[in-house]
Order: sequence, then C-alpha cells, then structure tokens
Amino acid sequence: MSSPLIWARGVVKSFGQTPALRGADVQVTAGEILAVMGPSGSGKSTLLHCLAGIFPPDEGEISFDGQRLDQMDETRRTELRRTAFGFVFQFGQLVPELTAADNVALPLLLGRVRRKAAYQAAGQWLARLGLEDKGDRRTGELSGGEAQRVAVARALAVGPRVLFADEPTGSLDSLTGEKVMDLLTGLAREQGVTMVLVTHDARVAAYADRQVVVRDGRVTALETSGTHGGLR
Amino acid sequence: MSVPLTLLGLLEREPSHGYDLKRDYDTYFGRGKPLPYGQVYATLARLARDGKAVAGEAEPGGGPDRKRYAITPAGAAEVEAWLAEPSEPEPHLQTVLFAKVVLALMLGHPAEHYLDVQRGAHLRRMRELTEARRAGPLIDTLLADYGLFHLEADLHWIDTTTARLGELAELVRAS
Repeated sequence: MSSPLIWARGVVKSFGQTPALRGADVQVTAGEILAVMGPSGSGKSTLLHCLAGIFPPDEGEISFDGQRLDQMDETRRTELRRTAFGFVFQFGQLVPELTAADNVALPLLLGRVRRKAAYQAAGQWLARLGLEDKGDRRTGELSGGEAQRVAVARALAVGPRVLFADEPTGSLDSLTGEKVMDLLTGLAREQGVTMVLVTHDARVAAYADRQVVVRDGRVTALETSGTHGGLR
Repeated sequence: MSVPLTLLGLLEREPSHGYDLKRDYDTYFGRGKPLPYGQVYATLARLARDGKAVAGEAEPGGGPDRKRYAITPAGAAEVEAWLAEPSEPEPHLQTVLFAKVVLALMLGHPAEHYLDVQRGAHLRRMRELTEARRAGPLIDTLLADYGLFHLEADLHWIDTTTARLGELAELVRAS
C-alpha cells in the first residue's frame, strides 16, 4: 500500500465535557474513496472536521501530504481548506439568494481567479453535472437533488486534492441520492480526487473503495475475507 | 442454520447429553421448530465419526440418550473458524448470524468482532452490486437493487445487534 495522503493518530476531541473522539486512528491513500460509517453521535462527523482542519484536535496528530494540520495556525488551515479541499454537506450550504453559477464561481473568485474564467469554469462544471440550463437560477429555487449537484460542482471547481462529503445524500430521496452519488464518485475518480465520505447509509458507503466504522470515538477498520468451506 | 455446527458450539460450553443439547437448541434457536431427537443423535454420531466430538460410556439407564458427548480440539477449531468467518452475504441470513452471535456470547468469544467481519463482507458484496448496477443495463440495475436492499436490511440488523450486545450477553449468561 502506498503512503497515505492523510493520516490521523490518537486523535482526541471533546466539546466541553462531552468526548467525541477518544483516540481515533485512520489513514487515507491518495485517490482512495474512504467511507466513514457509524451510528449517530459516534464521532464520525467530528473526525471529518478534524481531518479537514476545521476542528483542531485536543490531542493526537493529523497529517495531510506531509504537513501537520494539528500544528498549523488557523490562517494556514483556512488557506489549505480553500485551495486543497472541497466540501459537500448534507444541506449543500449554498447561498440561496445567489444563482447556481454564482455559487460555483464564488470559491474561485475568493481564490483570485478572474471573473470571466471563474464563470466559464462554473458553467463547465454545471454542465458536467447536467445543470447547464440552471446556471442563472437561484439555488433556493432548485430541487434538493439539483442543489446538491450544484454543491458537488462548487466543491470540484476549485480542483481539490481531497473532497470531504458529510452525509451528501442525507436530505435526498433514494433515486436522487443515487444519481448524486454516481456523479460525485464518478467525477472524483475521474479527477483523481481523494474522498472522505461520512455516511450512516450502507448503500452510500458501498460507493467507496473501503469502509471504516467509528464507534465510541474510535475507528474500526472493516475486514473482508472469503467464506468458510467446512462443515455446513 | 447449520444444525451440526450449532450443536458443536453448544457442546463447547460443557460435555452434554443429547437431551440437554436439544433443550438448549430449542430454547435459543428452535423458535417453534423443535429439533427432532432423531436428528440430534444422528448429528452427534456423525460428529463423533468425524472426530469433532467423543461419546462417553453409556450411563445407567441405557439407550443412546444416556451418553455424554464432549467436543474435541478439532471440533472446537471448527466452531471457532465458523464463528470467525463471515457467512456468504445473501438475503435472509439472520438466523445464521443470530446463532453465531448467541453462541459467541455463550462461549466468551468476541461477538462484536465477528459482527464487524460480517459487516465487512456485506459491504464488499454491496460494493460489487453497486458497481454492477452502475455499469449495467436497467435489468441489471433492478436485480442489483434487490440484493442491495436485502443486504442493507441485514446490515441494519447487524448494527442494532451490535448496539444490544451487552444486554444480550447478560441474558445468555444468566440462562
């Protein structure tokens, strides 16, 4: 196995008196899609936020591409999130008053891409996601599935090395969720983007290359093996 | 449900008469479908023939039901391998998984680990079906969906059982 692009060792994170992670270890190889599963309150979303440099851990080490996130200041972590990471959350977290094209172009404009180039890229990404005729629609007027596809376009438009997706189909019906997952994982593989996918849904986790379970703030890797051929 | 392996698992707790094995099997696994005595003794005879159990001397009272059977090291290894390895992920596995979980708790084996191994096997099969439905025509998609929804139901059962293992362990050990 090649060296991991992201790894975490002994990560501890509490919110007040409530522990969320109690010594979590995980690693993600470049280009891999890793599903992080677990029951509600197990700490899986907290783990994603720590790996993405959103939450600094209370204890433990987190590394991305040889850089220690746990030792970075907030300014550097913010820069890394803007340039190297993309995010897709359950409810999209789009700006409803802006158009789909505005939402996709926004992170590019924040990254000082020229306006014309940013909107050109936004249009191309919206087309990749089957939304070529929705660019001038306010995202608040789109269906849930369309809005989530805009969120995927926005996350991928910046050319991230890692995509963090937290329950990306959690607010969608089954068929729409499948379409979003087909697009999300298909494009991530095509672009060679590493993905950390948090989900409680086994059907969503089945799109990943590998699955781990977070239970009581610790990570358990799932084994896969053959079947037993003896006495039946 | 594998009757031979389940009886062998019950034997691992302690040497037992066929009568005791049938009673425990019916209590935990029978669920309205008691195991016939004939099947119990035929199975025990086969296990003894295959070196997985040994029969003691006939005790006073005579008859096959007065022999006490004990598991052999080969039989214990067979039970351990069965418990530890995931079953082929397919719909309607619950009775086999249920038997494995109860026996693992009775024997003090790591039931949570076994459930994680089974979860991994299920997810591997779900990955294969997800790929098949993505690449194939609509008919393949619908067939894969059928498998995926049933495997998903199994996984819900595995998750719920994992969450209730402590409670189940207390119940099994108290009885």
